[in-house]
Amino acid sequence: MPITYTSQEQVEVYRFSAPAAILIPLVALFLQAFLPLRLHFFSLFDLPLLVVIFFAVARRSQVSGLVTGSLIGLLQDSLTHQPIGIYGIANTVVGFGASSLGAKLDVENVGARFLVTLFFYAVHEVVYFTVARGLVKLTLQWSWGHEIGGALINAATAAVLFTLLDRFKQRA
Amino acid sequence: MSRYRNVTILVAILFVQVLGLAVQVKRRSGADESTRIIRLWTVSAVTPLEKALVWCQNGLGSIWNNYVYLRGVRQENRELKFEIERLRLEQVRLSDDAQQARRLQALLSFKETYIAKTVAAQVIGSSGSEQSRSVYIDKGTSAGVDKDMAVITADGLVGRVLRAYGSSAQVLLINDQSSGVGVILDKSRLQGVIKGTASGEVVLEKVMTDEQVTPGERIVTSGGDLIFPKGVTVGTVMKVTPGADLFLNIRVKPSANLSRLEEVLVITKKEDRAPAVAETNSVRAVDILTQRLPSVPDKPPAAVSQPPAPVTPAPTPKVLIALPKPRSEAGVNNSAASSAAATAMKPATGHKPAAADKPASEQPAKLAAGKPAGRVASKPVVAAPGSSAVPSKPGPSQPGTAEDIPH
Repeated sequence: MPITYTSQEQVEVYRFSAPAAILIPLVALFLQAFLPLRLHFFSLFDLPLLVVIFFAVARRSQVSGLVTGSLIGLLQDSLTHQPIGIYGIANTVVGFGASSLGAKLDVENVGARFLVTLFFYAVHEVVYFTVARGLVKLTLQWSWGHEIGGALINAATAAVLFTLLDRFKQRA
Repeated sequence: MSRYRNVTILVAILFVQVLGLAVQVKRRSGADESTRIIRLWTVSAVTPLEKALVWCQNGLGSIWNNYVYLRGVRQENRELKFEIERLRLEQVRLSDDAQQARRLQALLSFKETYIAKTVAAQVIGSSGSEQSRSVYIDKGTSAGVDKDMAVITADGLVGRVLRAYGSSAQVLLINDQSSGVGVILDKSRLQGVIKGTASGEVVLEKVMTDEQVTPGERIVTSGGDLIFPKGVTVGTVMKVTPGADLFLNIRVKPSANLSRLEEVLVITKKEDRAPAVAETNSVRAVDILTQRLPSVPDKPPAAVSQPPAPVTPAPTPKVLIALPKPRSEAGVNNSAASSAAATAMKPATGHKPAAADKPASEQPAKLAAGKPAGRVASKPVVAAPGSSAVPSKPGPSQPGTAEDIPH
């Protein structure tokens, strides 16, 4: 039996209905593509990434997490004009990592969710920049201020968003 | 083995994605085709929602603006009318210069690329990534939009169509780092390339450090890239600093507000043709003013319904392009200007604007039907004393125009 550092004796594993599993990522993608046109500051948010973290942590299955991350990342890539796979790789790593962490730690409370999102946003950005620069030769600028701001905003959003998405959870 | 199952799957999926990336990077030109299906699926899933939302938003906005929020409309209307009057007079003045330039261009067998057809489109979505500065519009191949078509707004250049789908298209903005536009500085006539930076700024490249570039100078497209038509406003020079190498660092402020795009025009057709030198009726600013003065009423309808006399060209000189005319005698060629002038004359003459307002290429059909080109001119214009009546001059395809000039 794996050792878990949780506040409960047993970690709870959740699943989602098929409509929720399909529609939530699609709505996240849609909002990510639509809102920056009207609300310019919204380009700081990364809703598909937050959805990947949420699903991975709730399901607590590494395979499920990396597949979810991979699919959402590839869809996110296909809306851009860049080669498909940059977001795919970054979200795959985040999905795997978040589900691994979710299996070991209790990340059901707001504070834990904030910290987990902060950490995985940083992981996502590092992987994204590495792939984009190293493999695709894109010229990207790393700005510490922008990255820290983005991480804090996304972490704060995750704390609220995950509470809303909890309604779609079903006990496995 | 089952202990490493998850890690093996992770490595396998990452490997497949890296392999896919490598293939796309290697075949940059063919990458678009190989990934078309997944892009098509995603765009097909997302854009209908975006279209619906934009439609609802526009509908509600339209109801609010057109039926509810009408504060200050009367005042604005009054101001706009004054503005129209002022612009109308200015247009007549400027059309003289345009006419002269066209004559000279015709003399040199100069050919220009004209914007022949545009399609209006609504911006419905973005890429959702700060690293990809592109937007989606609600018109695709079904509306005639295709790859590499230029996209503009009334303010200036926006970008070009990167991918066209059935009912939507992806437009690469000029501030994306993978875009490039051939431009020319309006005053100094220096050529360069406009590119985007990673942070979304627009810079002008390939201008040598020994050249003189001043902030505030306007930048227009040069037409050299064969995508964007010549002369479209791109932006203005914002800041000039010496670069590390032989070139200047020139920051540009785009004319179009790229972060708040709503409606754009896609240039679906361009035409290369010689400038039309349509010698139309001379209309001067003073003519427009005098037409508004009280005048003798029109002739009775019976007199008007008489068959028009055959148009016999006045003994005009065979070649009109001799010397630049004085401003007061030069003709009006600019179609917008002449149509505005014709509109201004309408109440006094009681006639519709002459067909000569249109470019020369659109004229022969009407002339062949036996309609005189200078219909307005065929009837004596009643004008106030002191004003110059509109003289009768041959239509654009009649002898004496630039079309007959031996090159």
